[in-house]
Amino acid sequence: MEEKVKDTGTEEKQDYIINIGPQHPSTHGVMRLVVSLQGETVKYVEPHLGYIHRGIEKMCESLTYPQIIHLTDRMDYLSAHINNEVFCLAVEKALEIDIPDRVKVIRTLMSELTRIQSHELFWASYGMDLGGQTCFFYGLRDREMVLDIFEETTGGRMLVSYNCPGGVMYDLHPNFQKRVKEFLTHFRKVLPEYDEILTNNVIFHERTVGIGPLLREEAISYGITGPSGRASGFSCDVRKHEPYSAYDRVKFNEVLYTEGDAFHRYLARVEEMRESMNIIDQLIDNIPEGPYAVKMKPVIRLPEGEYYQRVETPRGELGVFIISDGNKTPYRVHFRTPNFANLSVLNHLVKGFKIADLISIFGSLDYVIPDIDR
Amino acid sequence: MLTSFGIINYLSAQSGPWWKVFYDFTSLTKNIDASLHNTMSPFWTTVTELVIVGVLFILFYAVIGLFLVYAERKVCAFIQNRLGPNRIGPYGIFQTVADLIKLLFKELIPIKNADHFLFNLAPYIVIIVNFMVLAAIPYALGVHAIDLNIGIFYVIAVSSMSVIGVLLAGWSSNSKYSLLGAMRSGAQIVSYELSVGLALATVVVLAGSMQLSVIVEGQRTGWFIFKGHIPAVIAFVIYIIAGTAETNRGPFDLAEAESELTAGYHTEYSGIKFAFFYLAEFINMFIVASIAATIFFGGWMPLHFGANNGFNRIMDFIPPVIWFFGKTFFLIWIIMLFKWTFPRLRIDQLLTLEWKYLLPINIVNLLVMAFIVLMGWHF
Repeated sequence: MEEKVKDTGTEEKQDYIINIGPQHPSTHGVMRLVVSLQGETVKYVEPHLGYIHRGIEKMCESLTYPQIIHLTDRMDYLSAHINNEVFCLAVEKALEIDIPDRVKVIRTLMSELTRIQSHELFWASYGMDLGGQTCFFYGLRDREMVLDIFEETTGGRMLVSYNCPGGVMYDLHPNFQKRVKEFLTHFRKVLPEYDEILTNNVIFHERTVGIGPLLREEAISYGITGPSGRASGFSCDVRKHEPYSAYDRVKFNEVLYTEGDAFHRYLARVEEMRESMNIIDQLIDNIPEGPYAVKMKPVIRLPEGEYYQRVETPRGELGVFIISDGNKTPYRVHFRTPNFANLSVLNHLVKGFKIADLISIFGSLDYVIPDIDR
Repeated sequence: MLTSFGIINYLSAQSGPWWKVFYDFTSLTKNIDASLHNTMSPFWTTVTELVIVGVLFILFYAVIGLFLVYAERKVCAFIQNRLGPNRIGPYGIFQTVADLIKLLFKELIPIKNADHFLFNLAPYIVIIVNFMVLAAIPYALGVHAIDLNIGIFYVIAVSSMSVIGVLLAGWSSNSKYSLLGAMRSGAQIVSYELSVGLALATVVVLAGSMQLSVIVEGQRTGWFIFKGHIPAVIAFVIYIIAGTAETNRGPFDLAEAESELTAGYHTEYSGIKFAFFYLAEFINMFIVASIAATIFFGGWMPLHFGANNGFNRIMDFIPPVIWFFGKTFFLIWIIMLFKWTFPRLRIDQLLTLEWKYLLPINIVNLLVMAFIVLMGWHF
């Protein structure tokens, strides 16, 4: 214990300190939480980052723009397509290219499928964090269908790397529409099952309702975006406020709650899956004909300047900031990742709750660790 | 050799077919006892009988343990849309044997700064407690190692000793996860012991005896869950909840709480010592289910309504052993369903459930049962 005290510096000697992570079943990755306990009650939490830092931003400075896209996959691996998309959108914005309608619709469809599979994994792992192991298998069973759709069209299941500046890499697979519709029919059938096993479970309510409440003002000041922010009533959906791709032509609701506790963060994600299905419904039969990519120059050079683009990933607002000096590689790339901002609120939320609630709160914020460290 | 001698003696002396023995083991055991007495002094007879019973119990323990691990994995796979173990042997039935062999050969990792004596002692305490309870359960007519006149009292007293093993394991590991797990387990088992005791006491009031054989015999005209109607059903529900909590199984598996404490009190154990804890959990489940079967569902007693009618005689065709294990495994199946359906409770909610809900309901229930017995309103 002595060493730990020196290590983190801030805590008192009498504190009972346990390390959750770097290898721990509920951190979903190599994340270390130094938790100071009083009995079972959490006094404070100190997240330690950097176990999976790969220097993606620095690596970007020595890679060309099409190459960087394949790095963005590896940040938030559950929203690989959306990460690709934000970078492509930034490059296209800089080059002032008009993107064909078909590309926009394809990107939107893929983004929403990505959102569904990411939230499904959230649902699955959140259930498992709270001890309901069956949820994990149900969630993964249905997520598999989305991954199969990805595989057919893009060749990749999780890290799809489907976007390229100016469009997408390949056209949609002929089966795409059929498979997506099959998935939607299936998923509409199993979502009530999800509610039965977890959402309406009384123990689940006990474990999440009123746990880790986050006020709207706090959400804004900490920069909590995505479903976690919207559960606190912070309207922060980039798809609504600053529509990109084909989001301006679809109707959907921004899922907003005011309670801001773990249960509503969970509920916001489940409802978002329903909204995503609505978006897909509106687009799946109206994919415009046309080219799937704009012909680009073999070497892409961005004009000198600074460019920023943001999108809505399943976990919140992802922004990319590119400074170009006119070369084929960027001068500097910065990613504003949602998980990093969302992590900042953890200590504030868990203070005074039990150690089991720490897991519940940590799970409800839906972290993807490589996205925090980059 | 001597036992086989006794069995041969017995079988050759039997008038009916050999499978008649499954309906009544009393004459078989008496025969073995008599043949042992013929060949040796009373002291050595007792020693030999103890050895025979001990070996049988160890075998029984291992077989039940292996079967339950396999059953758990299959039930869990069934709920989770998976196949479960299906590679080793037909339907994967030898999977657990393979697992056991693996665990036997695994290295026992020595823990630095652990209290080695207590660390090594803890799994044995848990196992020994298991054996002590198993001995008191009537498995069939005549298969009952010790029939104490305070049978239920003995079962409650002994089974609550397993908390010592758990606490020792958590304390001696010198690990913070383990200590938290052990403390949780201590609070949990001690609390739920009350509900288990009171739920069983409710039936003791109805049965008028603590002796397990008398309780089983008392259900010849109908199982207690039917005889005692509403209070008995309430007692059964409370018993199943509290029993699940006492075995540290989900949704009450806070002592292990995989997502919080990695593996709770047995985080630091490896190899066969880990397997002991693992096995003890399953045997505990068997014990809880078999006690419930004995107390509420008549143990080895076939399904009877009233006395001496045709229905009872048809039911009597099924041997008591099958009745006992059928009921026990049905209850085990229900307990397994709990684990794979519900999320885990938090420690304060767990204690709230016990002290604020189960215990008051239980006490009132006990009084109601006493009143019903007094007024003779039961069947």
